[in-house]
Amino acid sequence: MTQGNRLSGGQIDRNTTLNFRFDNRSYTAHPGDTLASALLANNVRLIGRSFKYHRPRGVLTAGSEEPNGIVELRSGNRQEPNTRATTIEMFDGLEARSQNRWPSLKFDALAINDRFSNFLSAGFYYKTFMWPAAFWEKLYEPMIRRAAGLGSLSMQEDPDEYDKGFRHCDLLIIGAGPAGLMAALTAGRAGADVILADEDFALGGRLNSESFALNDGAASDWAAQAVAELSSLPNVRLMPRTTVIGAFDHGIYGAVERIGDHLASLPAGKSRQILWRIYAKRTLLCAGATERPIAFENNDRPGIMLASALRTYANRFAATAAQRVAIFTNNDDGHRTAADLHAKGVKIAAVIDVRADAPINHDYEVLRGAQVTDTKGRLGLNFVEVALADGSTRTLECGALGVSGGWNPNVHLTCHQRGRPVWNDDLAAFVPGADLPPGLSVAGAANGSLSTYGALRSGAKGAMKALDLTGSLPDLPAAEDAPVFQTPFWYVQGCSRAWLDQQNDVTVKDVKLSHQEGFRSVEHLKRYTTLGMATDQGKTSNMGGLAIMAELAGKSIPETGTTIFRPPYTPVPIGTFAGRMKGQEFHPTRLTPSHYWAKERGAVFVEVGNWLRAQWFPLPGETHWRESVDREVRQTRASVGVCDCTTLGKIDVQGSDAAAFLNRIYCNGFAKLAVGKTRYGLMLREDGIAMDDGTAARLAEDHFVVTTTTANAVKVYQHMEFARQCLFPDMDVQLISTTEAWAQYAVAGPNSRKLLQKIVDPEFDISNEGFPFMGCGNITVCGGLRARLFRISFSGELAFEIAVPSRYGDALMRRLMAEGKEFDVVPYGTEALGVMRIEKGHAAGNELNGTTTALNLGMGRMVSKKKDSIGSTLSEREGLNEPDALKIVGIKPVSQSDKITAGGHLMDASGPVDAAHDQGYVTSAAFSPSLDSHIGLGFLKNGGARMGETMRLVSPLTDLTIEVEIVSAHFVDPEGERLRA
Amino acid sequence: MIIQHPLLGPRDSSEFVYLGDASLIDRPDWQAENAAEAFYDYAYLRANPAGEHRELWFHEGGDRSWLVVTRNTVTHEISKVELARDVARAQGRSK
Amino acid sequence: MHDLVAITALGGSEPRIDTVGTVTCSEVPGVALASVAARLDQEKKAAKALTKLTGSPAPGVGRFDGAPVAAFWTGPDQWIAEAPFESHEDLAEQAKAALGDTASVSEQTDAWTRFDLGGAQVLAVLELLCPLDTRKMTYGDAARTSIHHLGCFVLCRSPEAYSLYGPRSSAGSLHHAIVTAMRSAL
Repeated sequence: MTQGNRLSGGQIDRNTTLNFRFDNRSYTAHPGDTLASALLANNVRLIGRSFKYHRPRGVLTAGSEEPNGIVELRSGNRQEPNTRATTIEMFDGLEARSQNRWPSLKFDALAINDRFSNFLSAGFYYKTFMWPAAFWEKLYEPMIRRAAGLGSLSMQEDPDEYDKGFRHCDLLIIGAGPAGLMAALTAGRAGADVILADEDFALGGRLNSESFALNDGAASDWAAQAVAELSSLPNVRLMPRTTVIGAFDHGIYGAVERIGDHLASLPAGKSRQILWRIYAKRTLLCAGATERPIAFENNDRPGIMLASALRTYANRFAATAAQRVAIFTNNDDGHRTAADLHAKGVKIAAVIDVRADAPINHDYEVLRGAQVTDTKGRLGLNFVEVALADGSTRTLECGALGVSGGWNPNVHLTCHQRGRPVWNDDLAAFVPGADLPPGLSVAGAANGSLSTYGALRSGAKGAMKALDLTGSLPDLPAAEDAPVFQTPFWYVQGCSRAWLDQQNDVTVKDVKLSHQEGFRSVEHLKRYTTLGMATDQGKTSNMGGLAIMAELAGKSIPETGTTIFRPPYTPVPIGTFAGRMKGQEFHPTRLTPSHYWAKERGAVFVEVGNWLRAQWFPLPGETHWRESVDREVRQTRASVGVCDCTTLGKIDVQGSDAAAFLNRIYCNGFAKLAVGKTRYGLMLREDGIAMDDGTAARLAEDHFVVTTTTANAVKVYQHMEFARQCLFPDMDVQLISTTEAWAQYAVAGPNSRKLLQKIVDPEFDISNEGFPFMGCGNITVCGGLRARLFRISFSGELAFEIAVPSRYGDALMRRLMAEGKEFDVVPYGTEALGVMRIEKGHAAGNELNGTTTALNLGMGRMVSKKKDSIGSTLSEREGLNEPDALKIVGIKPVSQSDKITAGGHLMDASGPVDAAHDQGYVTSAAFSPSLDSHIGLGFLKNGGARMGETMRLVSPLTDLTIEVEIVSAHFVDPEGERLRA
Repeated sequence: MIIQHPLLGPRDSSEFVYLGDASLIDRPDWQAENAAEAFYDYAYLRANPAGEHRELWFHEGGDRSWLVVTRNTVTHEISKVELARDVARAQGRSK
Repeated sequence: MHDLVAITALGGSEPRIDTVGTVTCSEVPGVALASVAARLDQEKKAAKALTKLTGSPAPGVGRFDGAPVAAFWTGPDQWIAEAPFESHEDLAEQAKAALGDTASVSEQTDAWTRFDLGGAQVLAVLELLCPLDTRKMTYGDAARTSIHHLGCFVLCRSPEAYSLYGPRSSAGSLHHAIVTAMRSAL
């Protein structure tokens, strides 16, 4: 069958033929078609099955409001469910499938649901699948999920890329119909920076769908000329295929631009869609209006469509749903469709107008005061039953029925910041209210100006007002300006299985049931019946449901209310929201200067914050990470190891009040720290809980370098800036992060000095006397490179940290390895680092876990009471200083082979094991190669006084109970002799 | 949201980090008689107004200024933006 | 003269150059940086002293100025001085000498990685990267903003040439963001 329902004219390119497949059958189309127009042209009316009853469905509309004509597009990992056939721009090779049918679209086994519709009415799930409760997860839910639902996911990763972008403008115009185009011309000619966005691929809106003239030419020609003029203006940016999905605070709009959805395949490197954040000084909403249907019995058969959609298909796409068409209307606009179709050679079976005074036409029959009472046709419309004004009935044969119930302004974006639309009696519709998003105004049909001239004029005026332009209105083209009165007519009396929400299968009867069962507020109605909750968000159905509820409640529609619209205006793929932030690019990755060296060495990396740190360096033959880590620890403690500690936060603190400032930041004192010395510092939060720890090295009287933990670097900098700017604004202190500027390496072990002496330039004395424990200073290495040296130790060994400008970090690491060969130097990773600090009893993130105080950490006496520091006052609170407060302890298994589990809890040797008898918990655990035993650190009530006590370590999660001994947290070198050597 | 930075003009809120109530500027005197109580109030007690609220924002992705932003929590309207350092000084904070 | 060999922020021995369409992205390792922050009550003196270093008035909010040593505004009474690495590896020392006790100076050379973006359609690339209104930026404008969650400085050197400074450790992520934006936009 070759496009049997193709008409003459239209804005399609007949010189090019495109091939596409629907449900594995091949069809042809032309550029300018949508999937829906092409299917109609090919005489395909049946496109899918409905959500609940699996009733046959076709397209209802010609736009993004489509509830019915939704298909699965493309295949493989690009398969996309629930795409609206009415907005899919045709391309060669397009492949689509119907949804929600089995085994086939024409024979759907679950259509049996339709027979049981009495049982499947609103609230059915709530009432039926209540008990037994155990059935829900195993039986009911899987069953319902299989039967209901629409399209299916590919379950594969989306291979496409998505971008986010940012645009700024003086005036954002949403919608490029008559109002939007006229507004853009007005603003663009005045030199304003304009963005004109429209969801369609052809700009022009209804102008492309109408047969009437603007000035002396076709409306679509005028639109094309306007677009051409706008394209020539450098200050106007046209964004077709772009849906503005939300109006956010302070003039920010979200817009989705579809770059590649109309292409068979994306060019390399191109994004499929871009999520734009548009910063608009002013915005003019010209989103037009949506025609509303009338509900009547069996009004959901394929072929029953909105009258304006039939007109769009005929005029713009040169396609008709059938060769014999009837129209059911309550207003003059429906007659326009009949006239246009008639002019295109389509047979008009009759125009059924509910009004007794409907206009008469001599080309076809007009049934005044008549209503459609029922329809027939199994897989598509064949007959329409009409009740005539005189009470008799008539059956009309037709393949399509255009329904027109009037127009609803598209007010959606005006509601995105809690604005409520107001009822307009002349239009019998909601129009934008007064509480619009700041900076936004509305023009054209969206604001109730439903005539073409009215829309053009309103667009020009809107642009002038938004930009404060003075002068007279620009010349407007001559256009139809018929007065619009809409008399409400929502549904045919006596109907019951009359669909309101075709996508979610909500009927007039369901609304009545909702009312009867007391779910009468609009929000309850929505949730009880699911009216308006499908992917179309009720664009064609909400009004009807609301009107019927109002009638049942005996109230007016505005008294009954309106549901509020929220972003997004139309569905957006999740990938578009993610943009580039997925997989490896989910967050930025930070690499240390010796990363490439570590990679060459085969390091295993671990993510710490955004950093990648070497976790350990496996050697050939090592099959378990423990072998590598144990070796790194042993070798470091026996001779020398090097660890990349660039990731520690480094903050330069300078100024004449630098020491006084650190005195406030740290709970311990810094004022008296000598130049050339480093001190450990503990930072508290204002509530007295430990926040972070590190060292501060005094390089000069007015210059400190503070280190933070890797994880807290950003937060500590922020905190220090807060203290500087907000708490102590007159302190002379300046802060800057230098984390990235310096590559820093810990060189640890008894031979660390010997190794460093090989690279530190000879004029610098780093002997124990010349550079004692906790010393620091500026030095040079390798023949003159500036460097910083700190004699600090996290491992408990004689150790240094050396820093050079980052670009030389890689070279320094390689040099240390080369020069260290004679000492059997070993690079060690974060695991060995962790093992050694546990052996030494140094607290880290596991201990500074946001619940612990200086007292808990065994540093209670460090909190100076002689000065003001952040957190010192509240750290003295009674509750934080109970006699049995938790204290840090070391934990050893009684049986050497037992493993300590971090997270396990400590219980007395005998007695109940429950929360009431909890004595403490384990925070860190490791295998200690130095002790040849598992060890742990933890917090124990009154821990300092319980050395030597035998306790039980329990971990109910891992079903563990072992005996442990409480020991000092300092397993290795408790006197600190090594680090002072 | 857009924050009108007093020096830099309109900037996207994504460049900022939010802290909370601007009352955090009013850190009590540690040597006051009622210091313990005053610090307890300072650390834990916050007004939670439906309406105008003065709050601290840090321009992390910008010039590293702390700002006091007066924002209506109901409408999100921002009526005033000040450098927190100026506010702190005006409220008598010094060293 | 020391004998350690530098690598670029992207880990190469030579700077990376990528061209897509009309736009070229060049890694620029040959730049020395030093932060300058005025001491309390020395703000005016510091601004004056900065002029000694750059030969131009201290740049105001959101601006840069000076050659061969330039300075760009980074915060209230704070700047970053920028100069060719070859001739000014000791820029921090030079800055300290010029500013004395009027300002705190920190070496920032390797805290940042610089990518220069140039070409006729550079704005189409930038609008995929940062929320700044780069179309309104003119020569001498400097602003800090977020690019893919990274705090970056954007300097406008001409309508078709911009410098981006991002944190050195994230050079790979920033480079990836720039190049994918170039492929997407051009």
